[in-house]
Amino acid sequence: MGELKLMKGNEAIAEAAIREGVDGYFGYPITPQSEVLEYLMMEKPEERTGMVVLQAESELAAINMVYGAAAAGKKIFTSSSSPGISLYQEGISYIAGAELPCVIANIVRGGPGLGTIQPSQADYFQAVKGGGHGDYRLFTLAPASVQEMADFIELGFEIAYKYRNPVMILSDGMIGQMMEKVELKEQKPRWSDEEVVKLNGSWAATGRPATRERNIITSLDLDSLKMEQHNHHLQEKYRRMEAEEVRYETFQTEDAEYLMVAYGSSARIAQKSLVLARTKGIKVGLLRPITLFPFPSKALMDLVPQLKAILSVEMSAGQMIEDIKLAVECKVKVEHFGRYGGIIHSPEEVLQALENQIIGG
Amino acid sequence: MMELTDIIKEENLVYKKTPLMTDKVLSYCPGCGHGTAHRIVMEVIEELDAMEQTIGVAPVGCSVLAYEFMNIDMIQAAHGRAPAVATGIKRCYPHKFVFTYQGDGDLAAIGTAETIHACNRGENITIIFINNGIYGMTGGQMAPTTIEGMKTSTSPYGRDLKSMGNPLKITELIAQLPGTYFVTRQAVHTPAAVRKAKKAIRKAFDLQKENKGVTFVEIVSNCNSGWKLPPVKANEWMVENMFPFYPMGDIKVDGELVKTDSN
Repeated sequence: MGELKLMKGNEAIAEAAIREGVDGYFGYPITPQSEVLEYLMMEKPEERTGMVVLQAESELAAINMVYGAAAAGKKIFTSSSSPGISLYQEGISYIAGAELPCVIANIVRGGPGLGTIQPSQADYFQAVKGGGHGDYRLFTLAPASVQEMADFIELGFEIAYKYRNPVMILSDGMIGQMMEKVELKEQKPRWSDEEVVKLNGSWAATGRPATRERNIITSLDLDSLKMEQHNHHLQEKYRRMEAEEVRYETFQTEDAEYLMVAYGSSARIAQKSLVLARTKGIKVGLLRPITLFPFPSKALMDLVPQLKAILSVEMSAGQMIEDIKLAVECKVKVEHFGRYGGIIHSPEEVLQALENQIIGG
Repeated sequence: MMELTDIIKEENLVYKKTPLMTDKVLSYCPGCGHGTAHRIVMEVIEELDAMEQTIGVAPVGCSVLAYEFMNIDMIQAAHGRAPAVATGIKRCYPHKFVFTYQGDGDLAAIGTAETIHACNRGENITIIFINNGIYGMTGGQMAPTTIEGMKTSTSPYGRDLKSMGNPLKITELIAQLPGTYFVTRQAVHTPAAVRKAKKAIRKAFDLQKENKGVTFVEIVSNCNSGWKLPPVKANEWMVENMFPFYPMGDIKVDGELVKTDSN
């Protein structure tokens, strides 16, 4: 058993990054995720592991520091919150285009614009559909606990290097700010420069030895036929993720006639709603997508024969509901419920929506 | 009778192309200074025997494809972000040479914040700044460094300071920051200038090893296509019009501003 601690989600993700052997963190303060950078500065990871931490002058600079260090083969983590993640999008598009592994956490707050500092899930589209320009996908993980904030660092880097793709941890201000028990993993050693060359030297710009051709990191090709080929390659990678990397969990779906689909904070709330509904004799289950891209479409479709209706529960005006509808090919009624703009729905409100929109509707 | 093949022999060589330039034909316009600037940067890295120890960052602009010609590991950055990209690399590889190669639009317009903050933090990187007062790649639009009265496709009647703002002397500006250690302005329009510019680049790389902050080499260059002048005339125009506003020489040496009439 690893070390047990009571931590905020933002602290847990920062501590997990140090223990993962991350080489660098570049970020810019923004509520509700500033504790990530604050925790890292307080912990002096340069002394603990040699991990570099730098407060950049802007999110534009931060994500491009990530781009540079990741392009040079290093294990890099960054985090921000919604308005900051919007500024990241240019860099994320380049990172996806150049196929660089890294982990980016979005501790989502309400929008649009400067919005609010309260939790929200309204950045779903931005995370799973691309976000920046061009055809690309982020592998998107949705933690529902402080424990998962920590655990998804390791999983995120595993996926990022397996596919040479940026990974987004799509959290929110509630998971980031709340304190829970978390079991921390043992400290992993950071890669030495020699190990970086051994592991990533086939593609990374680590400095060209006489024994190989130069490595170039770019997302540019003026020959559009080559760029189309590159796009085919990216799409093939995303299809592989869809085939091999879908993660989700289900609660009481065995006899369910109704299904709630919810991720992250909303899944925690929906779990409570499920208990309330079951005491009233409502046969409802819950499916919690852990990966938002790739989306658990097949798992949903497999449940369709037993379902009368689905309720998508998200702290947004209804974004994930579009993926649910696509997954079930409109073979069953799908409704949305959620408070948004920084308001968190209560378990009772979700239950009410279940009764009114789904069962009574 | 001596044949040409008798002359082209190893022992007769007085100059050799550095292997750190690829054999790819330069995509720059004939007469452009970029090719020379690329070459002297690569020659310096060769002289330092630092190919394996160097990571370069290419910008957006005419030199966006610098990595096609520079035969070393290179990373192509988003427009203006090269100093941030270089910061990320250097922080993770403090013992490697890291340099950016950027044009005026990239460094002094869209990337002003990244330039100033990398310089102010004193990142141990070298910045090579090509200033030709115009956006070459996109077809000759006004740059932050376009001088007063200069005609471009977006200042077709000449740069009007009142409505279009003033040309930015970014090099003098960053020289004021405590994070810069060596700041100089050079050119590559004559053999003498090329030798001086190469010396400055060598010094910039040498100083990078001492971890004293940013070393910054501006190269005022021509853009005969954008300026709509033949190459020789473009160089003459540059000497007559650009050099008075962007005077040649060192601006900051050993962390101290050089005393001149203009500063």
